[in-house]
Amino acid sequence: MKKLTELTIKEAHEGLKNGDFTSVDLTTAYLEEIKKFNKEINAFLSVDEESAMADAKFADEKIKSGNFGMLTGIPCAIKDAIMVEGQKCTSASKILENYIAPYDATVIKKLKAKGVVILGKTNLDEFAMGGSGENSAYGVTKNPHDKTRVAGGSSSGSAASVAANMACFSLGSDTGGSIRLPSSFCGVTGLKPTYGAVSRYGLIAFGSSLDQIGPIAKSVEDAKIVFEAICGKDKLDATSADYKFSAQGGPASGWELKGLKIGVPKEYFVKGIDPEVEKIIKSAIEKAKKAGAEIVEISLPSSEFALACYYIIAPAEASANLARFDGIRYGLSEKSDNLLDVYLKTKGHGFGEEVKRRIMLGTYTLSSGYYDAYYKKAQEVRRLIKQDFEKAFEKVDLIFAPVSPVPAIKIGERTDDPLSMYLMDIYTVSVNLAGLPGLSMPAGKIGDLPVGLQIIGNHFQENKILSVAEELEKMFYE
Amino acid sequence: MISKEEVKHIAKLARLELTEKEIEKLQKDMSAILDYFNLLKKAPKPENAEEIYKDLSSVRKDEVISSYNIKDELIGSAPDKKDDYIKVKAILQ
Repeated sequence: MKKLTELTIKEAHEGLKNGDFTSVDLTTAYLEEIKKFNKEINAFLSVDEESAMADAKFADEKIKSGNFGMLTGIPCAIKDAIMVEGQKCTSASKILENYIAPYDATVIKKLKAKGVVILGKTNLDEFAMGGSGENSAYGVTKNPHDKTRVAGGSSSGSAASVAANMACFSLGSDTGGSIRLPSSFCGVTGLKPTYGAVSRYGLIAFGSSLDQIGPIAKSVEDAKIVFEAICGKDKLDATSADYKFSAQGGPASGWELKGLKIGVPKEYFVKGIDPEVEKIIKSAIEKAKKAGAEIVEISLPSSEFALACYYIIAPAEASANLARFDGIRYGLSEKSDNLLDVYLKTKGHGFGEEVKRRIMLGTYTLSSGYYDAYYKKAQEVRRLIKQDFEKAFEKVDLIFAPVSPVPAIKIGERTDDPLSMYLMDIYTVSVNLAGLPGLSMPAGKIGDLPVGLQIIGNHFQENKILSVAEELEKMFYE
Repeated sequence: MISKEEVKHIAKLARLELTEKEIEKLQKDMSAILDYFNLLKKAPKPENAEEIYKDLSSVRKDEVISSYNIKDELIGSAPDKKDDYIKVKAILQ
């Protein structure tokens, strides 16, 4: 028999419906796991037991009344860059150490309306800037599969909490791989939705043309259930799209591997990829082929420029977005005699090393004299990357790729060399630059270390990705 | 390699106070990263490059969505305040 904290959303829902246990039982079980394991893993930055238990009691009332849904009473964890009213929201930065969220993010409003239980806020790279989770001002999140290794970033705590059974599901955000990378490293399923599919209102902004909130879960079906609950048009986010997604039925459901065309980018299997990772991805592709999919080699010729393009655009947007943390409006404020010094000292003391590096890079590439060579050029290359995918999706239904060239790295392994850290994002950033949906699902292991397969779809084709991922999931677990 | 003076100039634009050690590290890191960016010089120019900003400008329309009654919470977040006002240091001495 599975422990309560090992159940998927679907299984927990059945148990709640049948009266096998209550949401209070479920929530208590999760809070106990957090007490036992969080000290070591460091997945949660804050846990609000009182409000979680109140959520659970409220959910149990709803369940008793018969008026409830799939997510009612299900305990979840939220990345600490997403605002939950009345709770601290630090974005893992010293500059927001004592900042209390004044309102709910739209995704939180939607989840609360479904009756979820919010256990707490999870760790991340400061302001979601990082691929390893090591840039948190509150310490690294350890990988539950090997505690000498990182959980991956930036949604480190969101992935680790689900992998370590400290939450049934979680929300993360993905600007250049921040949902998919930790999901791959921790062996869970994470979906980065199409840009605009989910409202960004109430997410602390990093790169506004790239950021997207998405679910991290124990199964593909669970990711689908959460995605359905949080997606859709929001008048508070002008870039959100009028998009109806249905987890059950719907016109796009019923996709299967048989007869599907799957593209494999030849540029993704060159030097730099760990041979063991390559073997696992190739074997997943082989399984899809056996199930009747047609495998097509495709070319994404601008792939070699993607990382440079991303690391110009994302820091440029970040340097503008983070200007608001000036010691006047939020959180930390260093005292000084004049206004300029308040700015200088607050930012100088409040931001961590990587955040400063990105603000500096962004300010540099946007500054007079360098704008054309860097920022403008990067925007042009972004167009090329989009066009690559447009051409590819004329020929294929989905693209299969690795999530990361390596499995979870050792803590401290790359912290001295930022460029080597950025290289972990080589397979994920293009998806954000093109605004596409991408999923990471566990496809195999190297020893104890999970390796994720990335499935990329065309805009708003989450249903195709998720249907195929569900079929693959069954095959991977056999 | 970018110069120390350039790093200091950018830090001033970004309103960041940096220590001498941070300046040295940034000089090294930024130079390596900016070198890597030179890769983009190899990239061809896309067709219709001038249209890149056209589709972005249609995303935002200035419209008042609704009144949101969280004034007290927002002002309450400020580190220094008096009544309904956020206090800042005098700009003109």
